[in-house]
Amino acid sequence: MLYVAVATRTFRRYSTYVGATVAGIFTNSVFGVIYSFAYLALWDQRPDAGGYDGSDAVTYVWIGQALLMTVAVWGGGTTDDLAERIRTGDVAIDLYRPVGMMGWYLAGDLGRAAYHLLTRGIGPTVLAWLLFDQFDFPGSVQAALGFVLSLVLAVVTSFAIRWLVACSAFWLLDQSGLRMMAGALALFFSGMALPLVIFPEPWRTIALALPWASYLQTPADIWLGKREGLDLLAALAQQGVWIAVLLGLGQLVLRSATRKVVVQGG
Amino acid sequence: MADASVVRAAPRQYAWIALMWIRAALAYPASFWTLTVAGAIITGLDFVGIAIMFTTIDTLGDFGLREIALLYGATGVALGLADMAIGSVEQIGHHVRTGSLDTMLTRPVPLLVQVCADRFALRRLGRISQSAVVLAWAAVPIDWTPARVAVTLMMLVAGLGIFFAFFVAFSCIQFWTADASELANAFTYGGNTMTQYPLTVFPREVVLSLTFLLPVAFVNWYPSLYVLGREDPFGMPSWFAFLSPAVALALLALAALAWRTGVRHYTSTGS
Repeated sequence: MLYVAVATRTFRRYSTYVGATVAGIFTNSVFGVIYSFAYLALWDQRPDAGGYDGSDAVTYVWIGQALLMTVAVWGGGTTDDLAERIRTGDVAIDLYRPVGMMGWYLAGDLGRAAYHLLTRGIGPTVLAWLLFDQFDFPGSVQAALGFVLSLVLAVVTSFAIRWLVACSAFWLLDQSGLRMMAGALALFFSGMALPLVIFPEPWRTIALALPWASYLQTPADIWLGKREGLDLLAALAQQGVWIAVLLGLGQLVLRSATRKVVVQGG
Repeated sequence: MADASVVRAAPRQYAWIALMWIRAALAYPASFWTLTVAGAIITGLDFVGIAIMFTTIDTLGDFGLREIALLYGATGVALGLADMAIGSVEQIGHHVRTGSLDTMLTRPVPLLVQVCADRFALRRLGRISQSAVVLAWAAVPIDWTPARVAVTLMMLVAGLGIFFAFFVAFSCIQFWTADASELANAFTYGGNTMTQYPLTVFPREVVLSLTFLLPVAFVNWYPSLYVLGREDPFGMPSWFAFLSPAVALALLALAALAWRTGVRHYTSTGS
C-alpha cells in the first residue's frame, strides 16, 4: 500500500531527531506541571467549574500536553513541507505524481502524528501518572476506544485546516503570517489555553461547535467519560462532518490553485 | 581576548546586523505585520484565558485579576525583550548542524553578538506591547510611591537579565546535542508561563526551588509583592524584593561561563 509506505517513511523521518524528542517531552511535562497546579487552584475555588472536578481538570491538562504535538495544534507537520514546496516551486513534482496529492500529504501527516503520539504523547502521560494522583486513565473500554477514534479524527481535522493555510502560499508565497494566525486561533478554540467547557455562554456553545473543538476538547471529554453512548457517537459525527467540509474545501482550493496559479519558476 | 575595544564595538556591531534583518523582514510587509499582530494575539489570548477563569472565580491562589495582571505584564515584558534581543541564540544547534558557525567564527565580530543578532525579529514588539498594555492596566489602582516605581523598573530590567541568562545558558546545551533547541523553551517560555500565575498556586517545595534552585521567582514574584504591598505568603523576608538585580547578575555570569565552555567544546562538523 502506497499510503502506508508514505506514512511509515514520514514516521522514520521524524524519529531521526532523538535529542529533539527528549527535549520536547521535557518541555511538555514542565508546562503540564504548571497548568496542573494553576487549574487545581481554580477548581479548589470552584469544585464543579464546567462540569469538571479537580481530577478531570488535571487529566485534561495532560491530555492537552500529549496532543499538542500529535494534533499539531500550532501548525507544522507535512503541510509545512507543502508550503515550502509551493514557495520553491517543487510542488510541480507533487502535482504530476500519479497519486492524489492530498492523500499523499495526509498519509505522511498521519505517520508524523503516530510518531508524536508514541513519544511526545506517551512520555508526558507516564510522568503525569507518576506525579499526580489526580490523573486518571479512561474509565471504560468504550471511552478508551472512543478516544482513539476521536484522536484520529482530530489529526485529520487539524490536517485539513493546515492544508488550507499551506495552500495560501499559492497566492501569498509565504504562509508564515497566516500560519501563526491559524495557530493562535487553534490554540484558543481547541481548549488548549483553557478548557472550552468553562468558557462563559454564549462563547462555550460557539467554541464547542467550531472545528477546533475536535483537536482537544472532544477527545478529552470522551477520555473523561463526559460523552458516552449516543452522545459519544454524536461527538464523533460532528468531527466527521467538519472533516468532510474542510477536506472538500481543501480539494476545491487545490483545484483552483493549480488552474489559476503559475507555479514559481516555470 | 575580551579587551575593552572588543566590548565597546559589540553594541554597534549588534545594531548593524539587527538593522539588516529588520530591513529584510520589512521586504515582506504583509508577512511582517501579520506576524507582529499574531504574536500579540497569541500572548494576549493567554491573558484572555486567565480573565475567563475569573468569570467563575474571584481570586486565584488568593490573588485578584489586577494583581495577576501585574505579574503577567512584568514577566511578559521581560521575556519579550530578552527574546527579541537574543532569542536567536536558540538557533545555535542549527548553526552547528549546517556549519554556519564556522563562517561566523572567522568574522571579526564576537560570536555571541552574531548568533544573537542573527534573524533579529522586530515582530516580537507585538508581544512586548501586548504585555506592556496589561502591565499598564495592572498599574492603575496601585498606590505609587517613588520606591515602588523604582522597584518596578528594577523588576523589568532584572527580569530581562534573568531571561537573557536562561536563553544563553540553556541554549549552550546544543553545543553537545545539536537538536535539543526545545529544551531551553522549558526554562524560558516555561519560566514565563510559571510566573504568570501567583506562586501561591504551587506547593511550597516548588516555590522554594523557584527561589533557590532556578530563581525565576525573582523575575517578578518578590518585587511584585513589594509593589502590591503584600506580605510574603510563604514567609520569605521582604528584602527579597531588592535581590533581583543581584540574582540576574549572578545568572548572567553563569551563562557567560556556560557559553565559553560551549564554544571551547565546539568542534566543527568538518564538511
